[in-house]
Amino acid sequence: MKLITKIAGLAMASAIGLSSVSAFAAETIKIGEINHYKRMAAFTTPYQNGIKLALSEVNGAGGVLGKPLEFIYRDDQGKPGEAVKIAEELITRDGAVMITGTIFSHVGLAIASWAGQKKHVYLAAEPLADALVWAKGNKYTFRLRASTHMQASMLAEEAAKNPAVKYATIAPNYAYGKDAVAAFEKALKKLRPDVVFVTKQWPGLFKIDAGAEVQAIEAAKPDAIYNVTFGGDLAKFVREGSTRGLFDNRLVLGLLTGEPEYIDPLKDEAPENWIVTGYPWYDFKDGANKTFVDAYMAKYSERPGIGSLVGYMVVKTIAAGITKAGSTDTEALVKAFEGLDVATPIGKIHFREIDHQATSGAFVGKTKLKDGKGIMVDWTFKDGANYLPSDEEVKAMRPASK
Amino acid sequence: MGPFIAQFLTGLANAAALFLVASGLSLIFGVTRIVNFAHGSFYMLGAFIGYTVMQLLPGAFGFWSSILVAGLAVGLIGVIVEMLVLRPIYRAPELFQLVATFGVILVIQDLALITWGAEDLLGPRAPGLKGVIRILGEPVPKYDLALIAITPFILFALWYLITKTRLGVLVRAATQDREMVAALGVNQSWLFTGVFFLGAMLAGLGGALQLPKGGADLLMDFNILASIFVVVVIGGMGSLPGAFIAAVLISVLNVFGVRYMPQSTLVLMYVVMAVVLIIKPYGLMGRKEVAGEHGQVGEPEQPFSPFGRRGRLIVAVLLIALATLPFLGSKFAMILAIDIIIVCLFAASLHFILSLGGLVSFGHAAFFGGGAYAAALMVHYAGSPMELAFVLAPIITGFLAIIIGWFCIRLTGVYFAMLTLAFSQLLWSLVFQWGEVTGGDDGMVSIWPSPWASDTTVFFYLTMIIGFGGILVLRHAAHSPFGYALRASRDSAGRAEATGINTKRVQFVAFTFAGAMAGLAGTLFVFSKGSIFPTELEIGKSFDALIMVFLGGVKTLAGPLVGASALSLMQDYLTRFEYWRLALGLLIIAVVIIAPEGIAGTSQKLAARWGIIRRDEVQ
Repeated sequence: MKLITKIAGLAMASAIGLSSVSAFAAETIKIGEINHYKRMAAFTTPYQNGIKLALSEVNGAGGVLGKPLEFIYRDDQGKPGEAVKIAEELITRDGAVMITGTIFSHVGLAIASWAGQKKHVYLAAEPLADALVWAKGNKYTFRLRASTHMQASMLAEEAAKNPAVKYATIAPNYAYGKDAVAAFEKALKKLRPDVVFVTKQWPGLFKIDAGAEVQAIEAAKPDAIYNVTFGGDLAKFVREGSTRGLFDNRLVLGLLTGEPEYIDPLKDEAPENWIVTGYPWYDFKDGANKTFVDAYMAKYSERPGIGSLVGYMVVKTIAAGITKAGSTDTEALVKAFEGLDVATPIGKIHFREIDHQATSGAFVGKTKLKDGKGIMVDWTFKDGANYLPSDEEVKAMRPASK
Repeated sequence: MGPFIAQFLTGLANAAALFLVASGLSLIFGVTRIVNFAHGSFYMLGAFIGYTVMQLLPGAFGFWSSILVAGLAVGLIGVIVEMLVLRPIYRAPELFQLVATFGVILVIQDLALITWGAEDLLGPRAPGLKGVIRILGEPVPKYDLALIAITPFILFALWYLITKTRLGVLVRAATQDREMVAALGVNQSWLFTGVFFLGAMLAGLGGALQLPKGGADLLMDFNILASIFVVVVIGGMGSLPGAFIAAVLISVLNVFGVRYMPQSTLVLMYVVMAVVLIIKPYGLMGRKEVAGEHGQVGEPEQPFSPFGRRGRLIVAVLLIALATLPFLGSKFAMILAIDIIIVCLFAASLHFILSLGGLVSFGHAAFFGGGAYAAALMVHYAGSPMELAFVLAPIITGFLAIIIGWFCIRLTGVYFAMLTLAFSQLLWSLVFQWGEVTGGDDGMVSIWPSPWASDTTVFFYLTMIIGFGGILVLRHAAHSPFGYALRASRDSAGRAEATGINTKRVQFVAFTFAGAMAGLAGTLFVFSKGSIFPTELEIGKSFDALIMVFLGGVKTLAGPLVGASALSLMQDYLTRFEYWRLALGLLIIAVVIIAPEGIAGTSQKLAARWGIIRRDEVQ
């Protein structure tokens, strides 16, 4: 027994030993980047590539405050508790000045709560949950991407232009899906009080029983379908739906469906004439969007995803924020990020003082098949600033801004 | 009538893949007694291999032969896994092999990522079966009908194999009493390998057959795992017709659940499983588990004994050394130590019921997460201070354990494990769905310690006191008369009853006690992280605890502490690397093969052999 206790003790001691080797005084500004690198590899790889592209640009131009910017990438296995531990380690041991990253909303919320308590800046890159900046927002958390509310409102605006009255929704059975349906319903009812929702389907995330879902929606005989499923669920839903003729003569709206990460795996079975939010990287003729896509393709010889764009914007935002702050002190960073304007491929974005949400917009268009894969046509870019609730509503939702 | 029949057919078609995969799991368990966590990985490999071969072979012939090729290939992979990983550890304590299969999952995940890339693959449609047939006006995909037609053939083929062939006779005999089969001169090793081939092949076939209805992606291994366990248990472990009926039952109910209760998708399966197990404790077609093992597998174990004076001294020195951490180590070292102490307490609480009680729980996360949520809810809604939460949350968790235990204790073995799994999933889906109260998967945030304890150093000492306090209480209980009664109930229920021990009541109390201790760990957890999410109630969390206990060594009291520390440190270190899952998986497999008694158990034995400690001094 004693030996065993010794081994346990050794294990503990080695932990202590490991941790006392603290790196410090390196001549870089370090940023902690936490993500679900293995769980969501299809999304994190383009995202990380976007970061690396922007880093080479920023550091090629002399870095920030005269020092190169350095990202430390860590895998949290998609577990919130693990992410909080890693965030702590990145700050205290690796000397990171702030934290960024994550795709899953719950992990983002965990880091945000930690950031609020321990007073470190967290720039949420991809989590879309509305709660992140509103109900559970705090002084130290900022969000880059257009949130669920913003993207759903954009689709609702398009939906309202159509005569359809009876809507069916299908969304994964978790917070993102529920937020997306609630936001869409609210925005659409505002524009079209005559709309009714005839059925709401909630398949388990990545556990869709597509045949059953399609039959259930068909049985409700809707005029229009609002889809929030993505990934493998989307593929199964589209296949069963087109096999059984669910989408014939119906208006279909798809949240995020036009993003390359989601529509490309569908190949020649990508649905046509859906109204979707996405990223038409293949369609830019000129301007900053084109410059970014060209630079990305030149570096990696593959198409950028929406994640690549977000990763790129993360670095640009952080560089702009630190430059504006003039230091890496947390309070100075918070001040700098509030009201920060950043030039990005999709135009200038503004981090709102009131809720720390950036006004990043999104592309909305119609899906079409071209050369055996799905693309977006007739797309427009919608500025996120126009799809946010009024200041009074935000204040009511956000305890942190009272 | 039309829509009704169409929905029924959809359910039957969904049952096909589920049945194939589940029957493989059932066969493997029935003969080898291995709970194969990696079975979902075989299913995933079937899908990926089938996809790849379909790209090479065109046409209808190519499509169907690809499915066969995928099945055979996965069967061979199963053989490799069995021969390299499992064969060396058949003599290890019961269920120990599941740690190895967990390592296999990690290895296969990374190998699949390296081979097929990260993007989801959309399965090709079956040539000639692309359209629909109208049945009473309702569209039914042709491929669904093909699946419905194929399944009975496979069931028949399996039935023939099991009842009419010599292999089948051996398989059935081994399912009933494998030691007798061995005693009669049957080469067990090859029988096990053969069964593994068959089981893995069925999983591979299932994966390839579902391609036209979905595709291949890297999450499908875990996504099907829970469903196939449920099917196997509802059907009765080891029963093929049972697995078939259960697969159909679950799939058809699911289809109608989607139609009439769209919110039910997460929970329905577990409700069905809980109901079936409460009414028919051994599943629909299962038989009462024969206490087939004649005595214990492996060497006779050393009974636990309390520390002598020297042992106590060493523990005290170690604790004092750890207490100097704030002065010597960095802040992060304290954070890491807090995390490790918490998982140690969690693992120790599982070890108490698993090792001393002989009750293997697959749902221990219910109590860890339950305690965390109890504390979070108290803080959030009642504004309760942290101190009160530390007192009340474990008590609430204890009550939760009383409720769950009341249903579960009457079962034993794998059925007990599965019913605890069902209840922990029920709790998970309750927390997940009841967003208005629990925040759903957005969780509950801002649950921080009282101001006096919010400093990391103070919280570290608090964790040390509560964590090690809990562990000491568990140890003490193991050496109390209650602990002896519990061990007696495990080793020989009949004799224990004869000496006047109410075995079921003793186990019930132990289950409640272990639950409350896990709740204490959960309470520490929520205050150390400041937030809680349903992930802490997931199956994965229960499995983590199991892995820690087995990895450390079931048959030593230090096992859970060693296992928890080792796994946490390995994870913390390895996740810094690109293919950390591959590395961690291989490391786990290596540890399992080198130390089949667990790290603590094996090092204890070696120490005794080399004379570092005396035999009677063990423990």
